[in-house]
Order: sequence, then C-alpha cells, then structure tokens
Amino acid sequence: MNDRDLVVLGVGMHPWGKWGRDFTEYGMVAARAALKDAGIEWKDVQYVAGADTIRNGYPGFIAGATFAQKLGWTGARVSSSYAACASGSQSLQAARASILAGFCDVAMVIGADTTPKGFFAPVGGGDRKNDPDWLRFHLLGATNPVYFALFARRRMDLYGATAEDFAQVKVKNSLHGLNNPNARFRKESAVEDVLNSPVVSDPLRLLDICATSDGAAAMIVTSRAYAERHLGSLKGVPRIKAVSTSTPTYPQTILEMPDFATDSSAVVMPPVRGFKDSICWDAYEEAGVGPEDLSMAEVYDLSTALELDWYEHLGLCAPGEAEGLLRSGATALGGRIPVNPSGGLACFGEAIPAQAIAQVCEMVWQLRGQAHGRQIENAQLGITANQGLFGHGSSVIVGI
Amino acid sequence: MCGTYVFPPRDGACPNPSCDSDELLPTPLSRFGNVWSYAENRYAPPLPYRASDPFEPYALVAVQLEAEGIIVLGQAPKGILAVDLKVGMRMQLETDVLYNEDGIDYMVYVWAPAVQPSELGGA
Repeated sequence: MNDRDLVVLGVGMHPWGKWGRDFTEYGMVAARAALKDAGIEWKDVQYVAGADTIRNGYPGFIAGATFAQKLGWTGARVSSSYAACASGSQSLQAARASILAGFCDVAMVIGADTTPKGFFAPVGGGDRKNDPDWLRFHLLGATNPVYFALFARRRMDLYGATAEDFAQVKVKNSLHGLNNPNARFRKESAVEDVLNSPVVSDPLRLLDICATSDGAAAMIVTSRAYAERHLGSLKGVPRIKAVSTSTPTYPQTILEMPDFATDSSAVVMPPVRGFKDSICWDAYEEAGVGPEDLSMAEVYDLSTALELDWYEHLGLCAPGEAEGLLRSGATALGGRIPVNPSGGLACFGEAIPAQAIAQVCEMVWQLRGQAHGRQIENAQLGITANQGLFGHGSSVIVGI
Repeated sequence: MCGTYVFPPRDGACPNPSCDSDELLPTPLSRFGNVWSYAENRYAPPLPYRASDPFEPYALVAVQLEAEGIIVLGQAPKGILAVDLKVGMRMQLETDVLYNEDGIDYMVYVWAPAVQPSELGGA
C-alpha cells in the first residue's frame, strides 16, 4: 500500500430518478448509507467535502455546509467544490488533501442534485456577453448535445463509425444496468430502439444521449492509520490510488463545451497529449499503473459515441479502434476490460455533482465483490474518467 | 507580443501562458477554412437562443482556420443541413439573420460551403 493511498471505508447512494424533491433529501439518504456501510457514526466525520449543485439555490453552492447542517452541526470542517461534471472528484481531492496533510482522518465526500426537465440552459438571467456559456446558447443554439454530436460525427467521417456502433454502446450499457438497484433506467435496449428514437442533434438520437437525473452519492474516506484501527486488516479494502483533476495545457485545440472557438496553435505547438488524454494519463502516472493493469473502467457516456472516445483517451485501444474494441465484446461484462459495469449514464442519467462520486462507488462495490447482478470476476483495479465544463478533468483510480 | 490569435475577441491578457502581454490587437481572420465537424439541431434550443416558431432544423459547423490554427463553431446558413456537409469540406464565411426583434435584424456570422475552389486562400 502506497503512503498516499486513501481508504474507502463506506459508500452509499440514493437511487437515480426524476422526482423533483429537494436535493438534500437524496443527499441525506446517501450520507446515512455511506456511514452505515463504513460502520461509523456521523460524529466521527471530521471533514465534509460537498460537491455543489448550481440549480438549487444557495444551499447548492455551499453543499459541504448544507449537508453538515442537515446531519447536525458537529464542528466538522467543510468545503464546497464546483467543477461542473467533475465536482465530485474535486470534492474527493479536497478531502484527500486534508487527510494526507494530516489535518483530519475521516472525511465524507457527498454530492446530490435535483435537475430540471429538458436541455440544460445557462444558469441565471440577463445578457452576459462575456460569458461563453451564455454566448454559445444565444449566438449559436449550441446545446450540450450539439457538442456531443460534433464528436460523434468525427468518428463517423474519420473512422467509419456507424449509427449501429453508437447504438451498440447503449445496448451494452442497458444490459449492464439491468440489475443495478441505483440505476434509473433498467430496461434492455435493442439497436432498433435506439435507431428508431428521434434525432436530437444529428447524428445522435434521443437514446444515444444521457438524461438529466436526480440522485445522490456519498463516500467515507479515511487515512490508512484510522482504517487500520477501525478494521484491523486492510486486506481487500478498496483504496483511492490516484485522483486526477487536470486542466488543459495551452493551446487547447479541441472544441470543448462551452467554448465556440479553440485556442490557437499558430504560435505554440499543441501539447503531445490532448486534454482528455492527459486527464487519464495523469491518473495512471500518479498511481504507477497503466491501462494494461485495469480490471474495469467507469467513463462518462454523456453520449454513446463519447464512451468510444474515452476508450481511446484511456489507452484501451489506439485512436480509431474503439468501434472494433466494442464489437469484439472486450468492453462488455465478461470481456477483457468491462466499461461502465454500473450501466453508466445510459442507465443513470446525469446527476451532476453526484456522478463522479457514483463512478467511484461502483468501483468500490466491484472491488469488494458486492456488485450483484453485474459483478466483474476478480476485479482488482478500476479507473473512472469524466470531464467537467470549462476545463475540469476528473479521473480516479481505485484498487485493492 | 507573441502573435497568437484569440476568438471571440476579448479584452485583457493574452491566453498564451508564455506571453505576458495584456494587449490584444483587432485583426481580421481567414474567411475560409475546412470542416472539423458538424451537427444539426432538430429541436429548438432553450433561451437565451431566440428560436424561430415554428422551429426549423439548422446545422452547426466547426471550421478549422489553417493560418490561425483555431476552430470556430458557427451556424450554417438556413437550408444547409448535415446531409450537405462532410469533414474536410471547404467553407466560407457569410452573415445571416440570427433573429428579428422590434423590426430589427440581429446578424451573426455563418459558415457556408465555399462556392468556388478558386477562392482557396482568399481573404
């Protein structure tokens, strides 16, 4: 065990869905489940790292304090992080830094969301002509699915990917999530179901694109010394081996939300590793492992085609070979490197501040052999990958 | 000054971390480029987009400008849809009406398929 490993003592979720209740209700369920799973009391938690939601008023902006108050003030230190889809890993990193610096031994990492119906739109009113997120909607109508579609179209025109390939990602993930009690959509999808669903942003159809969901996830992470005192032995106990919160290196030459123009490569050469590659490889480097060591991955399938992009960023295959890897069955349960064993966003939909935490929860259940109905045999090491709007990387490596 | 490009125009510091200039000078960009990727909206985007009613699908095109080394996303002119586009295609800059309010046309740049190959490199 590495000195910088963090022990995951407990995980918990509130199932994903669309109920429209207050996000703190979901968070409380996840928090209590994680505490119970860890076998500790709320009063034992010394630090609460909250992942923020920006669509639920002021309590959402100060998620750490919101949950500390809701669970009952104990004097625990708090932090609140916002990094869009990467908020959960930013919170985990805040907790990790505090534990590794010796400021505390036991931390709760928590995120919960209640989402509106339909397209995400910029938060807040008024004309904001210096805000790229406002401008991309106002000038172009460039919704999130437009960006997903740009990446999907490149796979089609450059690598010969087909709508059937994209649909097969949905089919795979729908099978993975069938028995996951926390998944919102637990229904088998056929290729025809995807191909018959309406086009939202060509070439992507409704069933290629993830929904927005309500949900919550929480983890209890501790120092090695605390976990040893609490458990006796750490054999088989999942540990956080790396947390990458990379940002881009200038020039960022791939068009990413919410920007509608890239940086310029006229004067400075683009970095050897593009942004999304660097998110994953920074995590590998920190953990001292490589893609060949993985038992599984949970990646951000905001769209079916984006899951294929992640195969390449993670180094599971070379650029242009993701469709082949998918077709070979390697990324399905029972394959060489199952991707999204939880069912992914295809089965969950996205609950922004909870999602990166939920990815880690799935890794933990897999590593403990508790992923009933979707268990990967002899899982030893997993990676999560996602990216938050405005240049927030997120990748976590968990192993036993 | 390092001579890099920034779009959309803005005030303040150069985005190149190796450049300490706070001065960004207005400069014309190429009016031609090649398609990096494209998409087609089949549903009306939410506000602050002013969608037409009834909504008509439209394409968005990300175009790579060679000299500047940037990709710029724009709408395609009305009537140009995804089926008319291909990665690598030559495009040229035009303007079109984004929306009309109180009798005033609000204009925006759009990317249209380049008319003639002879216009290659034209600016």
